[in-house]
Amino acid sequence: MDKQVHKFILQLADNELILGHRISEWCGHGPALEQDIALTNIALDHVGQARLFYQLAAEMEGNGKTEDDYPYKRLETSFYNVQLVEHENIDFGYTIVRSFFYDHFYYFLLDQLTKSKHTALANIAKSAIKEVKYHLRYSSEWMRRLGDGTEESHRRVQQAVHDLYPYTGEMFLPSTADEHMKEAYGIDCASIKEQWLTAVKEILHEATLELPDGSWFHKGGKEGVHTEKLGYILTELQYIQRAYPNMQW
Amino acid sequence: MEASMEQKFQEKIDNDIRIEPKDWMPEKYRKTLIRQISQHAHSEIVGMLPEGNWITRAPNLRRKVALLAKVQDEAGHGLYLYSACETLGIERTELIDQLHTGKAKYSSIFNYPTLTWADMGTIGWLVDGAAIMNQVPLCRCSYGPYARAMVRVCKEESFHQRQGYELLLTLSKGTPEQKEMLQESVNRWWWPALMMFGPNDADSPHTAQSMAWKIKRFTNDELRQRFVDMCVEQAEILGVSLPDPDLKWNEERGHYDFGEINWDEFWNVVRGNGPCNKDRINTRVKAHENGQWVRDAASAYAKKQSEKKSVSVA
Amino acid sequence: MKDWPLYEIFIRSKAGLHHRHVGSLHAADDEMAIENARDVYCRRMEGVSIWAIKSSQIIANDPDEGEELFEPAENKIYRHPTFYDLPDVLKHM
Repeated sequence: MDKQVHKFILQLADNELILGHRISEWCGHGPALEQDIALTNIALDHVGQARLFYQLAAEMEGNGKTEDDYPYKRLETSFYNVQLVEHENIDFGYTIVRSFFYDHFYYFLLDQLTKSKHTALANIAKSAIKEVKYHLRYSSEWMRRLGDGTEESHRRVQQAVHDLYPYTGEMFLPSTADEHMKEAYGIDCASIKEQWLTAVKEILHEATLELPDGSWFHKGGKEGVHTEKLGYILTELQYIQRAYPNMQW
Repeated sequence: MEASMEQKFQEKIDNDIRIEPKDWMPEKYRKTLIRQISQHAHSEIVGMLPEGNWITRAPNLRRKVALLAKVQDEAGHGLYLYSACETLGIERTELIDQLHTGKAKYSSIFNYPTLTWADMGTIGWLVDGAAIMNQVPLCRCSYGPYARAMVRVCKEESFHQRQGYELLLTLSKGTPEQKEMLQESVNRWWWPALMMFGPNDADSPHTAQSMAWKIKRFTNDELRQRFVDMCVEQAEILGVSLPDPDLKWNEERGHYDFGEINWDEFWNVVRGNGPCNKDRINTRVKAHENGQWVRDAASAYAKKQSEKKSVSVA
Repeated sequence: MKDWPLYEIFIRSKAGLHHRHVGSLHAADDEMAIENARDVYCRRMEGVSIWAIKSSQIIANDPDEGEELFEPAENKIYRHPTFYDLPDVLKHM
């Protein structure tokens, strides 16, 4: 098994799982009934994609591993998602900005993956990118609505942009697994940064919002160093598996 | 004039001709429908909360997506029903306001807490099972939009009961802890599930009129009996006992006899004293209030965009 | 501020069929109406095409005009093939 490819797959899976988990917290609490349903659809897409990646990782690893071993039986230091996706929902604005930043990154990454020589990954990417196109459309439209909506919505969403932007840099900062993917398969997360910035800035401009000036970014998620929030996510996520180990559900 | 209109209306109903939104209808028919459909819609929306509790704690990914999709369906059902209700000339905001101020009721079952993972299965089996029993006849309800919404709801609902039962079946084949979790959950939900059919027929003042208008097709007690008969066998397959010492087959009636429901508890929960009444409403109110700025922003943005468009056309 | 306007939703379930009215929903703008329709009414592969229109824009007849609008068609039975008597031996007609 190529350990670096395996870790790269877990990076992808963990991003999808943790973001899906966060968005799923909206179910039953959305700002309008129609949006409750829309958010849950998106959460289902994310968790669904996480499953595909975990299944692939399990297949690579063998030894009777299953898709559930990764989310439910690892410790927080063995999760490799970027810190951005761990952030709490706070309000609908934060939720949208978090997705908006992530969706753009993920879209460009999947676009590379669809063309890669790694057939299994390319196949997942081809189906996943259709869902992500919709996520991108959803989060971008809401950025415009909130940014150019009322004074209050503008203030709230601008605050979220300000607070979450420092967590975006990590997406383009290659981990050892990313370096390997670049050499072996030409998948280059660092190269996405320019595309990402152009696309994000264009929509922010339409939304009458601004990116903060700062060039300093948080990092660590891809190497298993997280914010305090991940521990709480895992406390809930893994509760049953920890309380009743080794059972079928 | 009114009397002859009413007679014509009743003739249509008797001939199984559906009533559609703009048709003439007695004011009481309209009011009864608004009350019943909105109560039904509210039940779906409040019903998302007890199960929503466990979305973040589901024990594996397969269960997590199934539960999430199920709770989402309830939002969908609430939406179909609010839409049906709106055809009677009342807006959703007003209906939601009635829920939040306590003017409108919802099914009391959702005022009970979900305490263990097994509750996700028991709700699917018993609560959705009882709901389906209530809902299937509504697909033939005399009011067109309600009947059509119910057809869609029932179609989607069938997966809910199956996912619940499958979840329980897995527990029933599991460890002693899992079997205990299963039995404990069934013990808590059995009686509240029976209460979902409403008061005994003798104490149900609206039933006769609703039956005449074909809003309702069977009485509360008829449906409750059917439900009990159905559950006994399903409980056996799960290897659980139902917590009723008086439950036994009555050869003469061809049905199961069952014990007296604790109606004091029922009315107590209806009056707002169930374990979760306040919690459920507070949660809904909070979601609605927290969403206000979002809804306002979208409205404001839409207004700006349409103004821009009309300027560019001019 | 008032609630988002109500839209009526029509879905084509597969190519070759008419769009059919499936219900309604609220949306702040046209774009959102289409997306909400996709999220609400197409969760189980129910559709390949969506139409949405503000409910206030629907033009409908007054149900009280039913008599003059629809009943006159009832006695024009000669518009239906069964009106015409033909021998049973005749095939393919």
